Amino acid sequence: MIHFLILMSRQGKVRLAKWYSTYTQKERARVVKEITPLVLSRPLKLCNFLDWKNVKLIYKRYASLYFVCGVDAGDNELITLEIIHEFVEVLDRYFGNVCELDLIFNFHKAYYILDELLVAGELQEPNKKAIHKAIGDQDQLVENAKNGVEEGQGAAGR
Amino acid sequence: MARDLAPDVERIMENGSPYLRKKAALCAIRIIKKVPDMMESFVERAATLLKAADGAVQLAGVSLMLQIVELDPTQVDMYRPHVPALCQLLKRLLQPGGAPADYDVSGIANPFLQVKLLRLLRHLGRGHAEASDQMSDILAQVASNIDASRNAGNAVLYETVQTIMGVESIGGLRVLAVNTLGKFLANRDNNMRYVALNTLAKVVAVDTQAVQRHRATIVECVKDADVSIRRRALELVYGLVNEGNIRALTRELLDYLAVCDAEFKPDLTSKIATLIQRFAPDKRWHIDNLLQVMTQAGSYVKEEVCRALIVLITNAPDLHAYAVRAMYRNLHAYQDVADTSLLITSLWCVGEFGEMLVAGSGVPLLEGEPAVSCSDRDIVDLVATVLAKKAADVVVREYALTAAMKLTARLPGQVPRLQALLARFNRSAALEVQSRSSEYTRMFKLAPPMRAQLLERMPALDEAEYLRNMGAEVRPSVPSTGGAAAAPATSSAAASAGGAAAAAGGDLLGDLGDALAPASTSAPAAAGGLDDLLAVGPVGASAGGVAADVLDLLDGGSKEPPAPPAPPPEPVSFPPAVVFQGATGVAIRFAFHKPGGKDSGVTEITATYANAGPAAVTDFNVQAAVPKFMQLRLEPASGTTLPGQGAGAVVQKVYVNNSQHGVKALAMRLRISYKDATGSPVVEQTEVTAFPAGC
Repeated sequence: MIHFLILMSRQGKVRLAKWYSTYTQKERARVVKEITPLVLSRPLKLCNFLDWKNVKLIYKRYASLYFVCGVDAGDNELITLEIIHEFVEVLDRYFGNVCELDLIFNFHKAYYILDELLVAGELQEPNKKAIHKAIGDQDQLVENAKNGVEEGQGAAGR
Repeated sequence: MARDLAPDVERIMENGSPYLRKKAALCAIRIIKKVPDMMESFVERAATLLKAADGAVQLAGVSLMLQIVELDPTQVDMYRPHVPALCQLLKRLLQPGGAPADYDVSGIANPFLQVKLLRLLRHLGRGHAEASDQMSDILAQVASNIDASRNAGNAVLYETVQTIMGVESIGGLRVLAVNTLGKFLANRDNNMRYVALNTLAKVVAVDTQAVQRHRATIVECVKDADVSIRRRALELVYGLVNEGNIRALTRELLDYLAVCDAEFKPDLTSKIATLIQRFAPDKRWHIDNLLQVMTQAGSYVKEEVCRALIVLITNAPDLHAYAVRAMYRNLHAYQDVADTSLLITSLWCVGEFGEMLVAGSGVPLLEGEPAVSCSDRDIVDLVATVLAKKAADVVVREYALTAAMKLTARLPGQVPRLQALLARFNRSAALEVQSRSSEYTRMFKLAPPMRAQLLERMPALDEAEYLRNMGAEVRPSVPSTGGAAAAPATSSAAASAGGAAAAAGGDLLGDLGDALAPASTSAPAAAGGLDDLLAVGPVGASAGGVAADVLDLLDGGSKEPPAPPAPPPEPVSFPPAVVFQGATGVAIRFAFHKPGGKDSGVTEITATYANAGPAAVTDFNVQAAVPKFMQLRLEPASGTTLPGQGAGAVVQKVYVNNSQHGVKALAMRLRISYKDATGSPVVEQTEVTAFPAGC
């Protein structure tokens, strides 16, 4: 299972962090602190897998962002890379040519999308269209709620 | 919370929309991890999810089944009937149009589900021939037809290979798997190589032959730029080594040792040493290669390796000359940078076989060996240089002094120089060095024939014995306090014992009090050389009735004691010996007494506990355990508080009855618990194996 998923920039700033196992605040900070130099210092040509403590780190670099997954030692590394790629593709589809800024300004949406993709450390939905639809529905709900409130206010004001 | 919500989760899992069902299933995974008792209700339901039409629900179902099986292996039997259904599912995915196009990833239909299915099949087929049979068809299909150009395809292929190796596959299928791994290995993509090496490491345990074919590629990977790949490749290489390829592989590994970075060196060095020791085709090769290892990475070579090498050398008399020449050459070339291990081994050899180095000694060179030209002066020069280095380790100095002493017998022309050399350390700050130096200097007062006898060649050390003793505990021993006695016999004994019972090592002349029988002790007395090697036991006769009168306080009884001199028929007492030295200064002494005589199995042990630490310890309690063939009885101790500074002692009587007396030796495990000065509890454990013989 995936224990955690961290997105970090080239400078080491964490843009997104999702934890699927119990880690205390202190442990989380420590994990981030220890992983950051490990991953950022890897030259390009090397393989995308690292051993760290009892967890295997699988990372992939997309433009200026590093997507780092911590998985069990026995998991299939290549399919985890595929999961990361799936996440990136959904983000891309949603934001349209996603870049780091999109994630900085809409991090809440990024978390929603991730929640549609991974649950309890396992892949939930292999179908990108389905995820897209689900997120679309959620956005619609938000819109409706906003409009409903405005209408209500408008009606009350009138 | 998990318990409360579980029924709701179950309900949703059964009849909700696909969107909800998949979430419910994954939620169930979390629940059963938190509360394993709830697993029962989900076992059946997980299987029904397989029938769902939606790929995501199927995926969630398989994930849940996997989690159940991993948490509780007994459930495997419950799920085995589903194997045909799972294979069916997988087959459908492989067919074109098997899943809606939405689930495609680079041409593979729902690779995530495929990987999960394969993983589950692995669990179900392990150790079960019938299930493995059912799935072999589909496994072969996947392995041959998958498109390996993209990562998704490779991911599925990887999982397939792992499954094939994990279940009871037929030979042909395994060969297919290993070949696929070979293809991965040849791939230029580092990820693939990493994955291949990882799996091969597991395969090599099962099927070494198949992996040997790829040995060349693997050795290449050892030198790869990527540290993860290097590490995996090294582990694989260790698994691959056998008598056939040891020479080639060792050469490769040694080359690599020269260039690899510091974090690998210790590991690599110890592994190479182990490999050399295990698979050496002949002794000369063994010596050569170990010497090379020591030259390259001497600081990481452990002492055991050096000692093992020395044991080997003594057991190969025809190679003595060769060994000493090789050592001399190395030492001469590398004297500035040589590390402790190289220094002590070379010094020992030079000391032992020094006279063979001098030209004209009549010992022929082995083929392919360059000649060594040196004179007595050169040898002594070398020893002197080593001694003179300020940075030298104390152990090195000790070996050098002993070597110098031996050389006085081997190279008579250099005796004055050597004597001066030895005398220089009479006031050394290191206790061992000083004691050796003064004892050796004392030996010069002896008549020359006696001295020569003492410094005779060491007998071949028994390898098997040595290996057995290596496993036994090694206890530190205090250098002998002899040497003050008047009689030359005693002093020479003391000198030899000083050489014998020295720091870091076994204990030979441990048992004290009684004069030890002549025949046994004089052999070790000869050439008081490698101290801990003497623990192997004096073998072989030697002249000179030397009765050693050695006090060895910290010794727990000798492993190979000389025959107890004419013990009274009954009863037999052995002097106290410390069997345990705790970290905080607590010490336990055992005094053995056999009221029934030495042939009786009953031993009465008077255990004395003392505390040398500054403060008292309280609640002192000792528990003992013995092997099944012995009976143990502990009398209550005289107290539980040990005052500090050894002011008082607690005494406890222990009765042991060895039903296999004479056949099996005593052994005891002690568990000591007490509260130290600050009141915090301390627990220590130790094993006592070195009981005096006859016990």
